[in-house]
Amino acid sequence: MEAVTFFIAALIAVAGACGVVFLKNPVHAALSLVATLFGVAIHFINLEAYFLAVVQVIVYAGAIVILFLFVIMLLGVDRAESMETDPIIGQRQIALLATVGLLILGTLIGVAFSGDVTGIPPIEAQQSTFDGGLVIDNGSIDEGIPPQQNIKEIGRGLFSTRYVFALEITALLLTIGVVGAVVLTRRPKSALDPLPDEEPSAIMRNSEEELAETPSEIEETPTEETGKSDTENLSNEESEVIGE
Amino acid sequence: MTLALTIGTEYYLALSALLFTIGAGGLLVRRNPLIMFMCIELMLNAANLAFVSFGKEMGDLGGQLSVLFVLVVAAAEVVIGLAIVVAVMRRRPKASIDEVSVLRG
Repeated sequence: MEAVTFFIAALIAVAGACGVVFLKNPVHAALSLVATLFGVAIHFINLEAYFLAVVQVIVYAGAIVILFLFVIMLLGVDRAESMETDPIIGQRQIALLATVGLLILGTLIGVAFSGDVTGIPPIEAQQSTFDGGLVIDNGSIDEGIPPQQNIKEIGRGLFSTRYVFALEITALLLTIGVVGAVVLTRRPKSALDPLPDEEPSAIMRNSEEELAETPSEIEETPTEETGKSDTENLSNEESEVIGE
Repeated sequence: MTLALTIGTEYYLALSALLFTIGAGGLLVRRNPLIMFMCIELMLNAANLAFVSFGKEMGDLGGQLSVLFVLVVAAAEVVIGLAIVVAVMRRRPKASIDEVSVLRG
């Protein structure tokens, strides 16, 4: 039964991963990412990490992917990415080749099946004195423990002397994340300097239209107070609403 | 026949390696910053899967605890990364990471 579950979940996860890479529309890619995350959550249940499965669904699928979708909708970048303009000549081909090479190189997989990489076999691991460096009393996962026990052990492990410092650093990291997000997305009060005329990535501008578009954007930006085009009015109104 | 097959750690590691490779390849191939972030999430998930399967193999809770920390780091990374994307894409609405070759607003 575990094998059936494994292969179905693996199929879902790999299909979702391929969807993220190959679908052109970012919204579709985000939905494929949800499929992958659910597949991995099923694997977590299979591996008796019940709490992590729940957290995976709530935090990843419920929060992170929604954040992705918000940004996609906010920026309006949900149009298809232009696949024909290569930023560096032959970059995509080289990247695909490298990926396929990495797969073929899959010594990772080969080594995994040879058994060397998995370390101590499970039976020996249970009998030997190897405790994995964990200080807490009953930190080992026995077979068939109920889900409540899993949550209790995770909580106890997080606040053990080994992990409690990392937990506090985590809190600091989250605080920095919140403050950083607010600072980064704040609209600057003064107008920014105009973009440089000559950009280093001029190779990718291959069509005449894009060359025509770019200077107009540059001219609009510094004259925010004198010239009132439609878009600037909109942005001013938005900032006023936000300010109130 | 399939029912008799026992799924060991090596199967999970193989799946993890596959997911990680797909994510790394996507990161190289795609130019949309949002999709590149999603590929990073794929790679982090592959690492999480390896963590949990190793943790079960070793009978150690440390694998699951590491996954919790990876989760927090992933959340913080996505928040900061998307904030940078929003700040940059306001001025350069072309949705390509190569627009950001000059690191200013």
